[in-house]
Amino acid sequence: MPAPQTLKQTPLHDLHRDLGAEFGPFAGYDMPIRYPAGIMDEHRHCRAAAALFDVSHMGQVVLTPDGGGMDGLIAALEQLVPGDIAALRPGRQRYSLFTNARGGVMDDLMITRREADLYVVVNAGCRDADVAHLEAHLPRGTVRLLEDRALIALQGPKAVEVIARLDPAIEGAPFMSARLLSLGGLDCWVSRSGYTGEDGVEISVPADGAAALARLLLSQPEVAPAGLGARDSLRLEAGLCLYGADLDPTVTPIEAGLAWTIGKRRKMEGGFMGADVIMDQLFNGPPRLRVGIRPDGRAPARAHTEIVDAAGVPVGHVTSGGFGPTVGGPIAMGYVTPEHAADGTALGLVIRGKTHPARVAPLPFVPKGWK
Amino acid sequence: MSEVRYTKDHEWIRLDGEIAVVGITDYAQNALGDVVYVEVPEPGKAVTAGGEAGVVESVKAASEIYSPVTGEVVEGNEALGDDPALVNSAPMAGGWIFKVKLADPAELDGLMSEADYKAFVDGLE
Repeated sequence: MPAPQTLKQTPLHDLHRDLGAEFGPFAGYDMPIRYPAGIMDEHRHCRAAAALFDVSHMGQVVLTPDGGGMDGLIAALEQLVPGDIAALRPGRQRYSLFTNARGGVMDDLMITRREADLYVVVNAGCRDADVAHLEAHLPRGTVRLLEDRALIALQGPKAVEVIARLDPAIEGAPFMSARLLSLGGLDCWVSRSGYTGEDGVEISVPADGAAALARLLLSQPEVAPAGLGARDSLRLEAGLCLYGADLDPTVTPIEAGLAWTIGKRRKMEGGFMGADVIMDQLFNGPPRLRVGIRPDGRAPARAHTEIVDAAGVPVGHVTSGGFGPTVGGPIAMGYVTPEHAADGTALGLVIRGKTHPARVAPLPFVPKGWK
Repeated sequence: MSEVRYTKDHEWIRLDGEIAVVGITDYAQNALGDVVYVEVPEPGKAVTAGGEAGVVESVKAASEIYSPVTGEVVEGNEALGDDPALVNSAPMAGGWIFKVKLADPAELDGLMSEADYKAFVDGLE
């Protein structure tokens, strides 16, 4: 596919430039990769205080019921995801997956039940396909892509404290819940969730107020900006999947270690795309499994690095890999055959033609910062 | 010690007798960001001008180091094994990458002077 002539910009693009960001293309957007502090410091600041990320490239979608009401809407959505959405109470959020007929993952997403609709956040690179998929399977007129809202993530142990300073109504919100807050005079839909392994929030804000809100947040002493580079190293340390790298249409939720996203009722009843393949793998075991990997040495193993067993026989590939600033060494995730998936299993990573010793390691690589 | 010469791939090289020291420039280390791993060439490795001689890895990506000249590697900077960030903090001093015995010292004449390299980098922005 030819690259688009011009990259899209988020409502915070000018702010990033003022902050000295280095930009790079991501999912059709010109996104900040890092700021002058550098990925290492941005990453550490997120683990120590609060980091602000622009994630406005992600797709925000609202599903509004038609004559069938919320129950009908949820029943229709449950054909596309294996999560128990019907069990969600208003204001609660769930991580889920769009699956295909072969049991593969079409995208991973967040679904929040609100009083009168469902609020969904999908990956930027899958947004158009996801909207088409929803429109094809949900009642006519129920799917609306929000194009007038930005999305800002504030992540880190101080993030909620910062938000509470602006609107105390965040206090008491459990992780994976969401509510309406007024931040700097703007109506914001705020989820207590994130993609860093830390406590924090994701703020849906009207696009025309996004830069003012970001500047207000950055003026708080705990907050520093972080780019997509730190976002990637943070999520990798947290053992979280990146769609397109660790998840794709050929990988099932069972292989990816995401069986926990399948509701108990859904396991009993099925009724989602690819349920036959997924349930067979759940009971009989998948052909491969996602694992964490710690190289013994210092050489990072990047995505597509071949993984071999102790005898040098290929057993899988790295899907995400790099350096973990908090871990203080290289870390990776990849898929291996089940007999090589136990923690501590000795593996080899073939980097530039040389095999480097490594071991299967438990995920996440860092303790989770949320309760 | 002779003057430092530069390549378009952002390596520097400084001849010291028969042996030249090679590293990456301040511009290069800044573009790479935090260096977390350096694969230095083994002594005895034959390198060619413009050919691969090692790898520098930052948090986000791996980048090749090209040899500015043809010759034989006499030493890789072992200090980078424990402290790869030397490439960031002292790219033209403690963060050198390897030492090479030149096959033809005249090759240096084809590389950029400090003033030429400065102009070259200014032209990249």
